Amino acid sequence: MPYTLTVNGAKHTVDVAPDTPLLWALRDVLNLKGTKYGCGIGQCRACTVHVGGKATPSCQVQVSAVKEPVTTIEGLATGNELHPVQQAWIETDVPQCGYCQAGQIMAAAALLRQHPNPSAQEIDAGMNANLCRCGTYVRIRAAIVRAAAISSQSRPPSSSAAVR
Amino acid sequence: MKTETDKRTANALCALTSDKKALQRRSFLKVTATGGGALLFGLVLEPLAKAQAPQNGRGGRGGGGGGRGAQAPPKVENYIKVNTDGTFTIMAKNPEVGQGVRTMLPMMIAEELDVDWKDVRIEQTDFDPAKYNGQLAGGSTATPQNWNPMRQVGAMARTMFVTAAAQTWNVPQSEVTTGSGKVYHNSSNRSMPYSQLASKVATMTPPAPDDVKLKDPKDYKIIGKATKNNDIMAIVTGKPLFGIDQTLPGMLYAVYEKCPVFGGKPVSVNSDEIKKLPGVKQVIVVDDRPEIKEPVLPGDPGLENGVAILAETWWAAQSARKKLVIKWDEGPRGVPEHSSTVYAQKAEEINKQKPMTTTRNDGDVEAALSSAAKVVEAAYSYPHISHAPLEPQNCTADYKDGKCTILSTSQIPQSGRGLAANALGIDANNVTLHMIRGGGGFGRRLTNDYMVEAAYLSKMAGAPVKLLWAREDDMTHDYYRPGGFQFFKAGVDAQGKIVAWRNHFVTFGAMVEGGGGRGAPGGAGGFGGPPAPAGPRLQTVSAGGMGATEFPQPFIPNYALYTSGQPLAIRTGSLRAPSSNAFAFVVQSFLDELAHAAGKDPVQFRLDLLAAGNKNGMGFSAERMIGATKLAAEKSGWGKTNLPKGTAMGFAFHFSHAGYFAEIAQVTVTGNKKVKVSKVWVGADIGSQIVNPSMAENMAQGAIIDGMSELMGQEITLKNGRVEQTNYHQHPLVRMAQSPAEIEVHFLKSDNPPTGLGEPSLPPILPAIANAIFAATGDRVRHLPLSKSGYSWA
Repeated sequence: MPYTLTVNGAKHTVDVAPDTPLLWALRDVLNLKGTKYGCGIGQCRACTVHVGGKATPSCQVQVSAVKEPVTTIEGLATGNELHPVQQAWIETDVPQCGYCQAGQIMAAAALLRQHPNPSAQEIDAGMNANLCRCGTYVRIRAAIVRAAAISSQSRPPSSSAAVR
Repeated sequence: MKTETDKRTANALCALTSDKKALQRRSFLKVTATGGGALLFGLVLEPLAKAQAPQNGRGGRGGGGGGRGAQAPPKVENYIKVNTDGTFTIMAKNPEVGQGVRTMLPMMIAEELDVDWKDVRIEQTDFDPAKYNGQLAGGSTATPQNWNPMRQVGAMARTMFVTAAAQTWNVPQSEVTTGSGKVYHNSSNRSMPYSQLASKVATMTPPAPDDVKLKDPKDYKIIGKATKNNDIMAIVTGKPLFGIDQTLPGMLYAVYEKCPVFGGKPVSVNSDEIKKLPGVKQVIVVDDRPEIKEPVLPGDPGLENGVAILAETWWAAQSARKKLVIKWDEGPRGVPEHSSTVYAQKAEEINKQKPMTTTRNDGDVEAALSSAAKVVEAAYSYPHISHAPLEPQNCTADYKDGKCTILSTSQIPQSGRGLAANALGIDANNVTLHMIRGGGGFGRRLTNDYMVEAAYLSKMAGAPVKLLWAREDDMTHDYYRPGGFQFFKAGVDAQGKIVAWRNHFVTFGAMVEGGGGRGAPGGAGGFGGPPAPAGPRLQTVSAGGMGATEFPQPFIPNYALYTSGQPLAIRTGSLRAPSSNAFAFVVQSFLDELAHAAGKDPVQFRLDLLAAGNKNGMGFSAERMIGATKLAAEKSGWGKTNLPKGTAMGFAFHFSHAGYFAEIAQVTVTGNKKVKVSKVWVGADIGSQIVNPSMAENMAQGAIIDGMSELMGQEITLKNGRVEQTNYHQHPLVRMAQSPAEIEVHFLKSDNPPTGLGEPSLPPILPAIANAIFAATGDRVRHLPLSKSGYSWA
């Protein structure tokens, strides 16, 4: 069945079975590999994307049910300028294996939209659905605090985006 | 090969001198061995576009080379390329699964090469044993095994640039200095970038590794500086870095259904019906596969029986799987005896019988127990657990005309290549193995079953195949950390000193006849022991054996370790800090019991034990563990902090993989057994140098959280030979809100060679928290996971 998806600002038609999770349409049809498969049951949230701006586990949403625009990790930056969360992740050197981090970053970006200056409790509550098998939670917390600071500045420091 | 290189060399030199486009290209030092054994450098250019291809290891050509030979010294040209734009490409040779080795090894080279880190570009090598030694992610070995050779590679290259500069300027070599990728002659105020000397260096013979002078650590500019993960930009922008992201033109996606009982095989399959489902291309039934020779590794199945569905997309294959109707021959393991409840009952019964083997018997334990002032008896147990790295097992393979290309996240590509070649019936040199970043390893990717499956399915299908296990496959077909049961009796004298220690370890295994084979993997390594002696012996399952010098053996005069075993229906293997991840909990919890029985402070009790000095044992240094212990105690304010009721600190240490780790947890337990670990202090001695402090801290913090997962909720249980847990909801990982607000990591820099920390940082946290729970509540928890005793995270 053909379905029309708006992903990272562009319209795509994907011809898949109606029960295909958004995750697999993104990965194997649209070739957007940044969104990761970890559990398939919404337990790990490595597959987190934004649907209508809301953090959503893409393994739990069927393509046929997606009506709002989708943003994936590949579409989070604005042109060449990284999202403050991505900048903060680099500054804080968050990842170990890195596999969960796209989902963590998408969850954090959604959290900051809701709570631009989150408390420690709001960070823990907002990020609790996302598993990190390597246990980078201490750094993730620090990176979210840093991202909030970057966002609150009128202009993000140019150096942070220049890290290769 | 040589001819081709020479031709490219000639072209390159030509390009360097006459072609302005050379600036858009890069060169690298390349050595070709000549008949006389001398070495010639060539300068080879490659288009820049290729040089900047994503670092997923697919650019180069691997293969070649034989098996494990004598370790040849590293060759400069295999590691360093001098680019014409002033940057340096440094090869990273080891598998990256999140331990940061792809950044760390090049740091060692870059330091001694004396270039700026900002000018370094890192490229992942293929698996290529002809060029590289020790391409392995296991045993926390990357730092100790590469510390000298990688620095020597950098220093060898630097020395050649110094020599080339001295010749060019006609000045003594001793007057030439280096820095930031340049050579300097200060008295004449001359300098030159390395790249301008590359063509000259290319004609020189490299010095021997032992003849080059290494830097004084006080001059380090890269080693010891917090350095960001080299792949971080690709990670945060979602680039296709991981094994699961790899694709090959025309590939089919595969799922592989295996019998719920290990060793079972399909008797009948509704293949015709499955083949008609949308997107499905092929169904391949693997049963006793007579074409496959004996497994390469002892105890390794090589290729498990099962049913593969190959489809246009993974979801199509996975969906078709729900329609599979398979009649399995479950073999001998699908019986009630192979259930966790039965294993536990049987362990109790075995403990009442005469032990099957005596692993160690020093002094006279029974006499010492009868004269001890206090005797403590306790039974401990821990379950099987799964590795569950977040990226499920997967592999992409393309078999064609007797050759196979494999894209794999293996932690040990050497054995994977051998196993795959064996399954394909081809020589290992015909397998090209690209090493792809893995989404976590934790030891799971030390077994290469998924690689064998993908390679074999590609051959059978006649097409490139991308095999991806569902999470449920991963959790039900792991090489599990083996569970175990330990029955202690120990005595302390009137002064509170341990005088007797007896442990009956009931593990999994079976009595077998004769020696000569591979011994049970035991102790801290877990990769296999020395050949066993002749006569009947207990063959324990992988990572299920306890060595005769396991702590605290060297410190206790009357010490007995008996080992018995019972058969197990599942495969086992190395999980991060194999055996130590279980033994530390057991030994350090029981030591805590003895400290309380002796009326001693738990830290002081252990310091007193260590002060007795070790007589032997695995290179363990009591002095170093005393140092780590005192560091953790000092940083935490152990014994000096007034904590509210229900809150307490717990302590434990453990030595494994050459690392000394002492850890203290501050824990609050509320009335309904809700546990909050508010803060953890880590004191560690892993030698004179922390190569990358950023990754070291990150990984040690992660080890604490990983250990907490093992402590509280993880348990794999069997029923009738089947694993009952299928996904994270039944085998939980610690979540952010449950993790400590603070984890302080402190390193004691001792005058010892640097060693690894991925594994030794984990084991002490389990008993540290359990001991804190006892200190806070008086409840001694002796069985893992804690959830079985009604505990949960606050």
